[in-house]
Amino acid sequence: MSGACYLPNTDADRKEMLRATGAAGFDDLLVDIPEAVRMKGALALEPGLSEYEARQRLCRLAGLNASADNYTCFMGGGSYDHYVPSIVGEIASRPEFYTAYTPYQAEISQGTLQSIYEFQSLIARLTGMEVSNASLYDGATALAEGVLMALSVTRKRKVIVSGCVNPARLGVMNTYLEGGDTVVVATGRESGTTRPGEVASLIDDETGCVVVESPNFFGLVEDLEAIGRAVKETKALFVVSVDPTSLGILAPPSAFGADIVVGEGQALGNHMNYGGPNLGFMATTAKYMRKVPGRIVGKTVDADGKPCFCLTLQTREQHIRRERATSNICTNQALNALCATVYLSWLGEEGLKELGRTCLSLAAYAARELESRGFGPRFDGAFFKEFVVDLGVDAGEFVLAALDEKILAGVPMGMFYPDLENSLLISFTEKRTRAEIDALVSLIVRTGGGGKKA
Amino acid sequence: MIPGTTMLDKSKPGKRAYTLPTPDVEMVDPAAVFPPGLLREGPVGLPEVSEPEIARHFVNLSVLNHHVDKDFYPLGSCTMKYNPKVGNDTSGLPGFTGLHPMVPDRMAQGALAVMYELGRELCEITGMDDITMAPAAGAHGELTGMLMVRAYHAAQGKQRKKVLIPDSAHGTNPASVAVAGYESVEVPSGPDGRIDPEVIKPFLDDDVAAIMITNPNTLGLFETHICEVTRLVHEVGGLVYMDGANMNALLGISRPGDFGVDIVHLNLHKTFSTPHGGGGPGSGPVAVKEHLMPFLPVPYISKEGGAYRLSWDRERSIGRIHTFYGNFAVTVRAYCYVLMMGPDGLRRVAEDALIGANYLMAKLGGRFDIPYGGVCKHEFVASGKKFAGKGVRTNDIAKRLMDYGFHPPTVYFPLIVEEALMIEPTETESKHALDSFAEALIMISEEIESDPEKVRGAPYNTPVRRVDEAGAARSLDVAQ
Repeated sequence: MSGACYLPNTDADRKEMLRATGAAGFDDLLVDIPEAVRMKGALALEPGLSEYEARQRLCRLAGLNASADNYTCFMGGGSYDHYVPSIVGEIASRPEFYTAYTPYQAEISQGTLQSIYEFQSLIARLTGMEVSNASLYDGATALAEGVLMALSVTRKRKVIVSGCVNPARLGVMNTYLEGGDTVVVATGRESGTTRPGEVASLIDDETGCVVVESPNFFGLVEDLEAIGRAVKETKALFVVSVDPTSLGILAPPSAFGADIVVGEGQALGNHMNYGGPNLGFMATTAKYMRKVPGRIVGKTVDADGKPCFCLTLQTREQHIRRERATSNICTNQALNALCATVYLSWLGEEGLKELGRTCLSLAAYAARELESRGFGPRFDGAFFKEFVVDLGVDAGEFVLAALDEKILAGVPMGMFYPDLENSLLISFTEKRTRAEIDALVSLIVRTGGGGKKA
Repeated sequence: MIPGTTMLDKSKPGKRAYTLPTPDVEMVDPAAVFPPGLLREGPVGLPEVSEPEIARHFVNLSVLNHHVDKDFYPLGSCTMKYNPKVGNDTSGLPGFTGLHPMVPDRMAQGALAVMYELGRELCEITGMDDITMAPAAGAHGELTGMLMVRAYHAAQGKQRKKVLIPDSAHGTNPASVAVAGYESVEVPSGPDGRIDPEVIKPFLDDDVAAIMITNPNTLGLFETHICEVTRLVHEVGGLVYMDGANMNALLGISRPGDFGVDIVHLNLHKTFSTPHGGGGPGSGPVAVKEHLMPFLPVPYISKEGGAYRLSWDRERSIGRIHTFYGNFAVTVRAYCYVLMMGPDGLRRVAEDALIGANYLMAKLGGRFDIPYGGVCKHEFVASGKKFAGKGVRTNDIAKRLMDYGFHPPTVYFPLIVEEALMIEPTETESKHALDSFAEALIMISEEIESDPEKVRGAPYNTPVRRVDEAGAARSLDVAQ
């Protein structure tokens, strides 16, 4: 029978076990299920396959996808083609980690607990904050949770959000806020960055938080200094969404008075995986520790005084607070957080800086090459590892055409903004080379219609 | 390894594990690009270590964990079953791992096929009409479902206020209801541990948006009156949401869609054998009946003329609930599992899960109180209350089980059983494993009689002794 490979009990075992329960047959175990809702026939699914056949099916399906393994990937916008070193996969594929449950029983979960504590420590250091949780689903739900937390802290109902925040994250935030009476006001995105003056003018007594992302969706670094100053003059909390790979060279959000820092950690040692699992993170100040959603690990001692770790502040969590909870998160992205912890240990202090400089340099090279051929950046401002360029032709069509050259050319901005249908967001990880960039530039020059060519 | 020593403790300037390609373009100085105020001053404070030290550090940490590949893990409502290894290999195929989420649909046909086809299979398994694969975990599915309930009632022209939740519910249920903006109203279980239609009736009015039911419930009991309950809720215009965390008990046996459920979430990291990862990533697809299809989150995955596509233009959708499409790599594992199990295999999974749970309950019945007896489904709840006289609590029994090499059951849940031990063996445990576990519990019950102090002091043979959780909360150290 199919599936028997995972089922250790023989027919003889089953009979013996059933007999021990006092049941005459299996159906005796179903007496509490009304006859009318017991299935009469079998599920209409295809018959079970052997492991080889199932693997072949999945290999065939995997082969239909345009993976960054076979294509040169310039796509970013929230998911990035960074290299994942072998040590990450090696550690994350240890069954001791991946077949364990949530570490509720600390005495036999120290491996998971300590690695979460180390994750929290590294996220706190990256963001410059004092406290981090054990992870959230992704950068979008982290942003939504950050906003809910800020509204809960301030007991206000208005959110001012930069129009330059990743639109997928904004979309999720709006969905999450649907259950309340929150008012969301978005700033303009016309210039590609958030105008501090506009933020300042929008804040009023009802404002619970201001949300900014830097680098933002267009790749541009925001003037967090000026925005932070405007927010700090009010009672609103400052929520900042960051790309962690930028934080080797860019100042942490704490430097600008951020109260809550959230972000997408996929770039830290996690594959793109068609968008999931990703890794949401959240960090804040000690003052708001008791308002943080999700799990937190703390250091303590055992009965012999030996240092060890356990889940702490569980009274914040949904399973205790139940209907009084402000977040419902339970299962999160622990294994992805482990990958990030191993990756950040691998990268280290110098590696993070070098990674940042490398991405910055590759992006700057591409921008220079494009500009010299008449394809200047769509927006003014300093960018980190991605930027938007106007092609003069439909960017979605261009991306399709580039597939013939085995290039994933970028994210067409028309997917999100109808007025930017000719704009393409191009991203650069350390994997990209000059030759690959030259090929993309040449393709843009050949097929694009912008700049001097037009 | 010295206990509690971190990578940061092992850091020494000048050590490095990383290698990065040297870019063949001019290196740019960040100071030439960004204003000085936006540049980082001083170090981040990341560890500086070599790769061998990383390997040793995390391998040493890993062996401190209990895990399914090591031994029995009978956490109730968590369905800690074996995770097939082929799932790792297939989800690790470069065609999946290296796939960017915004490639044109035509370049992601394999990935879309996995999500769509698994979705159709899950609809068949649950008896529902359509599904979203986007929720990243069970609680995320609950929130998605509750937001759909909201959208449904808004479309009916009148928003409602309350969601009924039995007192045996998972803690996430009331929390999800609260986040969705509803008031949760606790409904007591009947004397047999099940929902009693007569008890529900007084709670029903046109302000009830939905009832949220776990079936089988957290006592491991099938809600025998489910058809009557769903009929009553529908009569007042409410919807029926089922928490499908315990669906392992029902595979090929009974389908939520057939007993009147409107929305059900599944936990792929429970029922469909994907690993729990030490606390995630999971996946919590939400299946719905036809009248709720317009409200499913975007993007919506469809199949037209043999091609799969994502569509965004869905006016009545609740919107996005994940940056992209959920935990895709988890769905690859679940798809592989369903492909291999087939209809007979899945039915056998449920049968063996039920046989295992009832067998273990029978073996322990003489020594432990089972407050809600009879037949159970995939799990049952014992009580450690009778050992109170010896000064031993359920938590002590849990800790003592570790000395015998087992992970304890879920403890102190559900809340309606005092000193609860919630035991879910799953179908991937042999009779031998169940016998050994029962023997250990019986030995512990004897130790409680002869040497209660020993049980209260447990564990002794674990990587660390009993952990001071109160101390952790008192002197908070949550980051180094």
